[in-house]
Amino acid sequence: MAEAPVIDCTKCNGCGLCVNVCAYNVLILVDQVVTIIEAEQCDWCANCEAVCATGAIACPFEIIIQG
Amino acid sequence: MPVESRFLGENPYFSGLGPPELDSIKHLFFEVRAERGEIILLEDELTDRLFFVATGVVKLFRVSAEGKEQTLELVRPGESINEVPVFDGGPNHASAQAMGPVLLYAISKNELEPILRDHPKVALNVVKVLASRIRHLVSLIEDLSFRHVIGRVAKILLEHAGDGARPGQRLTQQEMAAIAGTAREVVGRSLKTLEERGIIKLERHRIVVTDKEALKQVIDAKY
Repeated sequence: MAEAPVIDCTKCNGCGLCVNVCAYNVLILVDQVVTIIEAEQCDWCANCEAVCATGAIACPFEIIIQG
Repeated sequence: MPVESRFLGENPYFSGLGPPELDSIKHLFFEVRAERGEIILLEDELTDRLFFVATGVVKLFRVSAEGKEQTLELVRPGESINEVPVFDGGPNHASAQAMGPVLLYAISKNELEPILRDHPKVALNVVKVLASRIRHLVSLIEDLSFRHVIGRVAKILLEHAGDGARPGQRLTQQEMAAIAGTAREVVGRSLKTLEERGIIKLERHRIVVTDKEALKQVIDAKY
């Protein structure tokens, strides 16, 4: 299963800005809470995280050293 | 669609005006729509309109001579853009781009000035908005000019990286910014710079350190 942004439903205020800025239609609002519908389409641009005023959605990066 | 008095009343610019006053100025605003990625304003061009974001998010940014983009601010519903050229008559100080479908309401400088003269409350509100904007920009200038942010971001990457034997810790750009004591926009730029130098690779949800020694040198560098 594809990695997806992490959502904290308790922080989501349903403003929908994350849905608005997502260029890949990964997110929708269900009952005024952001929900992921197409995780594999997400390119991890993190715009959703940047516009969220309540910190309800996060795009964490795994940091690894190669070689 | 004309702007609603309620939208204006909830905006910091027009806070304190009553319904009759709002009704008397709302016809001066006109609707502007922009699609994702559309440029609403170009830096250094002349635009004598003040915009208020109704829905969506607008990114304000500048581009250096080398083509590097620096995000200045993300403007959310209820906030305004383009005060500087409207009030000083100069060119746009930044470009503005729609991050998604955006609805804005605009007012021309010529229509705004009589409102400021007739409603001192609005003039005071404008001062507050501009003061808040200056505070944000001064903070950003401090980050960009005086602090060795890229070194701190490099240190965070090294300290939180996995090496194959143990998994790397997962961090958002917001968390890196909090650890580095800087703005999220500055972390984004630092990561891009490290990638351009061939020190890291950004791979969807992973940051891969491809040159650990070079990363250490960035940490040790003074600037």
